[in-house]
Amino acid sequence: MTHVASETQQVVFWLLAVISVGSALGMILVRKAVYCAVLLAVVMLCLAVLYAMEGAPFLAFVQVIVYTGAVLMLFLFVLMIVGIRAKDSIVETLKGQRLAAGLAGIGLLVLLSLTIGHAVLGPPPATQPASFGAGNVNAIARLIFGTYVFPFEVTSALLITAALGAMVLAHRERIEAKLTQRDLSRLRVASGHPAPLPGPGTYARHNAVDMPALLPDGSPAQNSVSPFISHRIQPPEVPAIPAGGAQEGEQE
Amino acid sequence: MSPGDFVALAVVLFTIGAVGVLVRRNAMVIFMCIELMLNAVNLAFVAFARMHGNLGGQVIAFFVMVVAAAEVVVGLAILMAIFRTRRSASVDDASLLKY
Repeated sequence: MTHVASETQQVVFWLLAVISVGSALGMILVRKAVYCAVLLAVVMLCLAVLYAMEGAPFLAFVQVIVYTGAVLMLFLFVLMIVGIRAKDSIVETLKGQRLAAGLAGIGLLVLLSLTIGHAVLGPPPATQPASFGAGNVNAIARLIFGTYVFPFEVTSALLITAALGAMVLAHRERIEAKLTQRDLSRLRVASGHPAPLPGPGTYARHNAVDMPALLPDGSPAQNSVSPFISHRIQPPEVPAIPAGGAQEGEQE
Repeated sequence: MSPGDFVALAVVLFTIGAVGVLVRRNAMVIFMCIELMLNAVNLAFVAFARMHGNLGGQVIAFFVMVVAAAEVVVGLAILMAIFRTRRSASVDDASLLKY
Protein backbone atom coordinates (compact mmCIF):
# COMPACT_ATOMS: atom_id res chain seq x y z
CA MET A 1 0.00 0.00 0.00
CA THR A 2 2.67 2.49 1.03
CA HIS A 3 4.88 1.29 -1.80
CA VAL A 4 2.16 1.97 -4.38
CA ALA A 5 1.43 5.34 -2.77
CA SER A 6 5.09 6.37 -2.89
CA GLU A 7 5.35 5.29 -6.54
CA THR A 8 2.28 7.37 -7.39
CA GLN A 9 3.86 10.28 -5.58
CA GLN A 10 7.03 9.86 -7.60
CA VAL A 11 5.13 9.91 -10.88
CA VAL A 12 3.09 12.96 -9.86
CA PHE A 13 6.19 14.77 -8.64
CA TRP A 14 8.16 14.27 -11.84
CA LEU A 15 5.16 15.15 -13.98
CA LEU A 16 4.61 18.38 -12.04
CA ALA A 17 8.33 19.15 -11.98
CA VAL A 18 8.59 18.90 -15.77
CA ILE A 19 5.44 20.95 -16.30
CA SER A 20 6.44 23.68 -13.86
CA VAL A 21 10.03 24.00 -15.10
CA GLY A 22 8.82 24.05 -18.70
CA SER A 23 6.26 26.74 -17.94
CA ALA A 24 8.84 28.77 -16.04
CA LEU A 25 11.24 28.54 -18.98
CA GLY A 26 8.42 29.57 -21.29
CA MET A 27 7.78 32.54 -19.04
CA ILE A 28 11.18 34.03 -19.72
CA LEU A 29 11.12 33.10 -23.41
CA VAL A 30 7.72 34.22 -24.71
CA ARG A 31 7.46 37.84 -25.74
CA LYS A 32 3.89 38.70 -24.77
CA ALA A 33 3.28 39.60 -21.14
CA VAL A 34 -0.15 37.93 -21.13
CA TYR A 35 1.34 34.56 -22.04
CA CYS A 36 3.80 35.06 -19.19
CA ALA A 37 0.91 35.56 -16.77
CA VAL A 38 -0.86 32.42 -17.95
CA LEU A 39 2.33 30.34 -17.74
CA LEU A 40 2.93 31.70 -14.25
CA ALA A 41 -0.57 30.50 -13.33
CA VAL A 42 0.40 27.01 -14.51
CA VAL A 43 3.55 27.08 -12.35
CA MET A 44 1.57 28.23 -9.31
CA LEU A 45 -1.06 25.52 -9.71
CA CYS A 46 1.67 22.88 -9.99
CA LEU A 47 3.23 24.24 -6.81
CA ALA A 48 -0.13 24.05 -5.06
CA VAL A 49 -0.32 20.33 -5.82
CA LEU A 50 3.25 19.89 -4.60
CA TYR A 51 2.36 21.62 -1.31
CA ALA A 52 -0.52 19.21 -0.88
CA MET A 53 1.87 16.30 -1.48
CA GLU A 54 4.24 17.69 1.14
CA GLY A 55 1.62 17.63 3.87
CA ALA A 56 0.54 21.26 3.60
CA PRO A 57 -3.10 21.20 2.43
CA PHE A 58 -3.76 24.59 3.99
CA LEU A 59 -0.94 26.22 2.03
CA ALA A 60 -2.10 24.47 -1.12
CA PHE A 61 -5.50 26.10 -0.87
CA VAL A 62 -4.01 29.46 0.08
CA GLN A 63 -1.74 29.19 -2.95
CA VAL A 64 -4.70 28.61 -5.27
CA ILE A 65 -6.89 31.28 -3.70
CA VAL A 66 -4.36 34.02 -2.98
CA TYR A 67 -1.76 33.56 -5.71
CA THR A 68 -3.64 32.11 -8.65
CA GLY A 69 -6.92 33.76 -7.72
CA ALA A 70 -5.99 37.21 -6.46
CA VAL A 71 -2.41 38.09 -7.37
CA LEU A 72 -2.49 36.80 -10.93
CA MET A 73 -5.89 38.33 -11.59
CA LEU A 74 -4.42 41.64 -10.40
CA PHE A 75 -1.56 41.12 -12.84
CA LEU A 76 -3.97 40.46 -15.70
CA PHE A 77 -6.08 43.44 -14.70
CA VAL A 78 -3.11 45.80 -14.87
CA LEU A 79 -1.94 44.16 -18.10
CA MET A 80 -5.29 45.00 -19.66
CA ILE A 81 -4.77 48.64 -18.68
CA VAL A 82 -1.11 48.86 -19.65
CA GLY A 83 -1.72 47.35 -23.05
CA ILE A 84 -2.42 43.77 -23.87
CA ARG A 85 -0.65 43.87 -27.22
CA ALA A 86 2.62 45.33 -26.04
CA LYS A 87 5.48 42.99 -26.92
CA ASP A 88 8.87 42.96 -25.35
CA SER A 89 11.41 44.34 -27.76
CA ILE A 90 14.17 41.98 -28.85
CA VAL A 91 16.70 44.80 -29.08
CA GLU A 92 19.44 44.48 -26.52
CA THR A 93 19.89 47.87 -24.90
CA LEU A 94 23.02 46.79 -23.05
CA LYS A 95 25.47 44.94 -25.20
CA GLY A 96 25.95 41.32 -24.21
CA GLN A 97 23.43 41.60 -21.40
CA ARG A 98 21.60 38.41 -22.29
CA LEU A 99 24.75 36.37 -22.44
CA ALA A 100 25.92 37.80 -19.12
CA ALA A 101 22.52 37.10 -17.57
CA GLY A 102 22.61 33.53 -18.81
CA LEU A 103 26.09 33.03 -17.40
CA ALA A 104 25.03 34.57 -14.09
CA GLY A 105 22.04 32.22 -14.02
CA ILE A 106 24.22 29.18 -14.62
CA GLY A 107 26.60 30.40 -11.92
CA LEU A 108 23.72 30.84 -9.48
CA LEU A 109 22.41 27.38 -10.30
CA VAL A 110 25.82 25.81 -9.70
CA LEU A 111 26.29 27.75 -6.47
CA LEU A 112 22.89 26.78 -5.08
CA SER A 113 23.23 23.17 -6.17
CA LEU A 114 26.63 22.85 -4.51
CA THR A 115 25.36 24.42 -1.29
CA ILE A 116 22.32 22.19 -1.14
CA GLY A 117 24.29 19.15 -2.24
CA HIS A 118 26.63 19.66 0.70
CA ALA A 119 23.79 20.04 3.17
CA VAL A 120 22.48 16.81 4.58
CA LEU A 121 18.87 16.48 3.50
CA GLY A 122 17.68 13.45 5.35
CA PRO A 123 14.49 11.63 4.53
CA PRO A 124 11.35 12.76 6.32
CA PRO A 125 10.63 10.99 9.61
CA ALA A 126 9.01 7.66 9.08
CA THR A 127 5.91 8.50 11.09
CA GLN A 128 4.58 11.92 10.19
CA PRO A 129 2.93 13.84 13.00
CA ALA A 130 -0.78 14.42 12.58
CA SER A 131 -0.13 18.10 11.88
CA PHE A 132 0.98 17.15 8.34
CA GLY A 133 -2.25 15.46 7.43
CA ALA A 134 -5.81 15.91 8.52
CA GLY A 135 -4.89 18.09 11.51
CA ASN A 136 -2.86 20.55 9.42
CA VAL A 137 -5.31 23.44 9.51
CA ASN A 138 -5.86 23.17 13.26
CA ALA A 139 -2.13 22.97 13.96
CA ILE A 140 -1.35 25.98 11.76
CA ALA A 141 -4.16 27.96 13.35
CA ARG A 142 -2.72 27.16 16.79
CA LEU A 143 0.69 28.39 15.63
CA ILE A 144 -0.51 31.55 13.90
CA PHE A 145 -2.90 32.63 16.63
CA GLY A 146 -0.62 31.45 19.43
CA THR A 147 3.12 31.61 18.89
CA TYR A 148 3.07 33.96 15.91
CA VAL A 149 0.14 36.14 16.86
CA PHE A 150 2.20 39.34 16.97
CA PRO A 151 3.70 38.94 13.46
CA PHE A 152 0.23 38.06 12.26
CA GLU A 153 -1.19 41.32 13.62
CA VAL A 154 1.73 43.25 12.09
CA THR A 155 0.81 41.62 8.78
CA SER A 156 -2.66 43.10 8.97
CA ALA A 157 -1.11 46.55 9.42
CA LEU A 158 1.08 45.85 6.39
CA LEU A 159 -1.92 44.89 4.29
CA ILE A 160 -3.84 48.02 5.24
CA THR A 161 -0.79 50.16 4.47
CA ALA A 162 -0.40 48.45 1.10
CA ALA A 163 -4.05 49.04 0.22
CA LEU A 164 -3.76 52.71 1.17
CA GLY A 165 -0.51 53.04 -0.79
CA ALA A 166 -2.07 51.51 -3.86
CA MET A 167 -5.00 53.91 -3.64
CA VAL A 168 -2.68 56.91 -3.29
CA LEU A 169 -0.41 55.80 -6.12
CA ALA A 170 -3.16 54.83 -8.54
CA HIS A 171 -5.21 57.94 -7.83
CA ARG A 172 -5.37 60.49 -10.60
CA GLU A 173 -6.12 64.13 -9.92
CA ARG A 174 -9.05 65.42 -11.99
CA ILE A 175 -7.75 68.45 -13.88
CA GLU A 176 -10.96 69.73 -15.41
CA ALA A 177 -14.47 69.80 -14.01
CA LYS A 178 -16.62 66.76 -14.55
CA LEU A 179 -19.22 67.12 -17.29
CA THR A 180 -22.73 67.24 -15.90
CA GLN A 181 -25.74 65.74 -17.60
CA ARG A 182 -26.71 69.21 -18.76
CA ASP A 183 -23.31 69.75 -20.41
CA LEU A 184 -23.51 66.36 -22.06
CA SER A 185 -26.95 67.02 -23.55
CA ARG A 186 -25.80 70.42 -24.81
CA LEU A 187 -22.77 68.87 -26.46
CA ARG A 188 -24.96 66.25 -28.01
CA VAL A 189 -27.32 68.78 -29.60
CA ALA A 190 -24.40 70.94 -30.72
CA SER A 191 -22.72 67.96 -32.37
CA GLY A 192 -25.50 67.87 -34.98
CA HIS A 193 -26.27 64.23 -34.20
CA PRO A 194 -28.74 64.28 -31.32
CA ALA A 195 -30.12 60.80 -31.92
CA PRO A 196 -28.30 57.76 -30.51
CA LEU A 197 -25.56 56.31 -32.68
CA PRO A 198 -26.48 53.31 -34.79
CA GLY A 199 -25.96 49.99 -33.10
CA PRO A 200 -23.30 47.60 -34.41
CA GLY A 201 -24.24 44.73 -36.62
CA THR A 202 -27.49 46.09 -38.01
CA TYR A 203 -28.10 44.54 -41.44
CA ALA A 204 -24.56 43.18 -41.37
CA ARG A 205 -23.64 39.51 -41.59
CA HIS A 206 -23.73 39.02 -37.84
CA ASN A 207 -24.45 41.21 -34.86
CA ALA A 208 -21.14 41.10 -33.00
CA VAL A 209 -20.04 44.36 -31.40
CA ASP A 210 -17.09 44.69 -33.77
CA MET A 211 -19.22 44.44 -36.91
CA PRO A 212 -20.22 47.82 -38.30
CA ALA A 213 -23.82 48.31 -39.29
CA LEU A 214 -24.58 48.53 -42.99
CA LEU A 215 -26.12 51.66 -44.39
CA PRO A 216 -28.91 51.44 -47.01
CA ASP A 217 -26.34 51.67 -49.80
CA GLY A 218 -24.38 48.76 -48.37
CA SER A 219 -21.45 50.79 -47.04
CA PRO A 220 -20.39 50.21 -43.43
CA ALA A 221 -21.35 52.83 -40.84
CA GLN A 222 -18.06 53.36 -39.02
CA ASN A 223 -19.61 55.25 -36.11
CA SER A 224 -21.70 52.22 -35.15
CA VAL A 225 -18.62 50.57 -33.62
CA SER A 226 -17.23 51.74 -30.31
CA PRO A 227 -14.06 53.77 -30.87
CA PHE A 228 -12.30 51.60 -28.30
CA ILE A 229 -12.49 48.54 -30.50
CA SER A 230 -12.75 50.05 -33.96
CA HIS A 231 -8.98 50.46 -34.27
CA ARG A 232 -8.27 46.79 -33.75
CA ILE A 233 -10.71 45.31 -36.24
CA GLN A 234 -10.19 44.74 -39.90
CA PRO A 235 -12.31 46.89 -42.20
CA PRO A 236 -15.06 44.58 -43.40
CA GLU A 237 -15.17 43.75 -47.04
CA VAL A 238 -18.09 45.53 -48.57
CA PRO A 239 -20.19 43.22 -50.69
CA ALA A 240 -20.57 44.69 -54.12
CA ILE A 241 -24.29 45.00 -54.60
CA PRO A 242 -25.26 45.27 -58.22
CA ALA A 243 -28.25 47.36 -59.10
CA GLY A 244 -31.38 45.43 -58.19
CA GLY A 245 -29.36 42.90 -56.26
CA ALA A 246 -32.01 42.55 -53.60
CA GLN A 247 -34.67 41.42 -56.03
CA GLU A 248 -32.31 38.88 -57.58
CA GLY A 249 -31.68 37.42 -54.15
CA GLU A 250 -35.39 37.08 -53.55
CA GLN A 251 -35.96 35.27 -56.81
CA GLU A 252 -33.30 32.69 -55.98
CA MET B 1 9.75 11.49 -2.27
CA SER B 2 12.75 12.84 -0.42
CA PRO B 3 12.80 16.56 0.46
CA GLY B 4 15.96 16.88 -1.61
CA ASP B 5 13.95 16.53 -4.82
CA PHE B 6 11.60 19.30 -3.78
CA VAL B 7 14.51 21.55 -2.84
CA ALA B 8 16.19 20.81 -6.17
CA LEU B 9 13.01 21.81 -8.01
CA ALA B 10 12.88 24.98 -5.91
CA VAL B 11 16.48 25.77 -6.86
CA VAL B 12 15.75 25.35 -10.56
CA LEU B 13 12.63 27.54 -10.40
CA PHE B 14 14.47 30.20 -8.39
CA THR B 15 17.28 30.32 -10.94
CA ILE B 16 14.84 30.61 -13.84
CA GLY B 17 13.12 33.48 -12.06
CA ALA B 18 16.44 35.24 -11.42
CA VAL B 19 17.47 34.91 -15.08
CA GLY B 20 14.06 36.27 -16.09
CA VAL B 21 14.56 39.33 -13.90
CA LEU B 22 17.92 39.94 -15.54
CA VAL B 23 16.85 39.31 -19.13
CA ARG B 24 13.37 40.77 -19.56
CA ARG B 25 12.69 44.44 -20.18
CA ASN B 26 8.97 44.63 -19.49
CA ALA B 27 8.40 45.71 -15.90
CA MET B 28 5.31 43.49 -15.58
CA VAL B 29 7.23 40.40 -16.63
CA ILE B 30 10.07 41.26 -14.24
CA PHE B 31 7.47 41.41 -11.50
CA MET B 32 6.10 38.02 -12.47
CA CYS B 33 9.60 36.55 -12.36
CA ILE B 34 10.02 37.91 -8.84
CA GLU B 35 6.78 36.15 -7.92
CA LEU B 36 8.22 32.96 -9.38
CA MET B 37 11.29 33.32 -7.16
CA LEU B 38 9.11 33.85 -4.08
CA ASN B 39 7.12 30.75 -4.95
CA ALA B 40 10.28 28.70 -5.33
CA VAL B 41 11.45 29.77 -1.88
CA ASN B 42 8.04 28.82 -0.48
CA LEU B 43 8.41 25.36 -1.94
CA ALA B 44 11.77 24.98 -0.21
CA PHE B 45 10.25 26.13 3.08
CA VAL B 46 7.46 23.58 2.82
CA ALA B 47 9.93 20.82 1.99
CA PHE B 48 12.08 21.74 4.99
CA ALA B 49 9.02 21.77 7.24
CA ARG B 50 8.22 18.25 6.14
CA MET B 51 11.83 17.15 6.60
CA HIS B 52 12.01 18.36 10.19
CA GLY B 53 8.42 17.48 11.07
CA ASN B 54 7.98 21.07 12.25
CA LEU B 55 5.20 23.37 11.05
CA GLY B 56 7.33 26.53 11.36
CA GLY B 57 8.30 26.33 7.70
CA GLN B 58 4.69 26.30 6.60
CA VAL B 59 3.91 29.32 8.76
CA ILE B 60 6.83 31.22 7.22
CA ALA B 61 5.61 30.29 3.73
CA PHE B 62 2.21 31.66 4.71
CA PHE B 63 3.75 34.95 5.82
CA VAL B 64 5.78 35.13 2.60
CA MET B 65 2.53 34.83 0.65
CA VAL B 66 0.94 37.68 2.60
CA VAL B 67 3.93 39.95 2.14
CA ALA B 68 4.09 39.06 -1.55
CA ALA B 69 0.45 40.04 -1.95
CA ALA B 70 1.11 43.43 -0.35
CA GLU B 71 4.21 43.89 -2.51
CA VAL B 72 2.30 43.11 -5.69
CA VAL B 73 -0.43 45.61 -4.85
CA VAL B 74 2.00 48.49 -4.28
CA GLY B 75 4.30 47.51 -7.14
CA LEU B 76 1.52 47.33 -9.69
CA ALA B 77 0.21 50.71 -8.52
CA ILE B 78 3.69 52.18 -9.08
CA LEU B 79 3.83 50.56 -12.52
CA MET B 80 0.49 52.09 -13.41
CA ALA B 81 1.67 55.51 -12.26
CA ILE B 82 4.80 55.15 -14.42
CA PHE B 83 2.73 53.96 -17.35
CA ARG B 84 0.46 56.98 -17.03
CA THR B 85 3.31 59.45 -17.28
CA ARG B 86 5.59 57.62 -19.74
CA ARG B 87 3.06 55.53 -21.73
CA SER B 88 5.36 52.54 -21.52
CA ALA B 89 5.88 49.55 -19.27
CA SER B 90 9.47 49.01 -20.33
CA VAL B 91 12.16 49.50 -17.72
CA ASP B 92 14.38 51.15 -20.34
CA ASP B 93 12.04 54.09 -20.72
CA ALA B 94 12.05 55.07 -17.04
CA SER B 95 15.50 56.63 -17.31
CA LEU B 96 14.87 60.26 -16.48
CA LEU B 97 17.38 60.34 -13.64
CA LYS B 98 20.14 59.24 -15.98
CA TYR B 99 20.35 62.48 -17.93
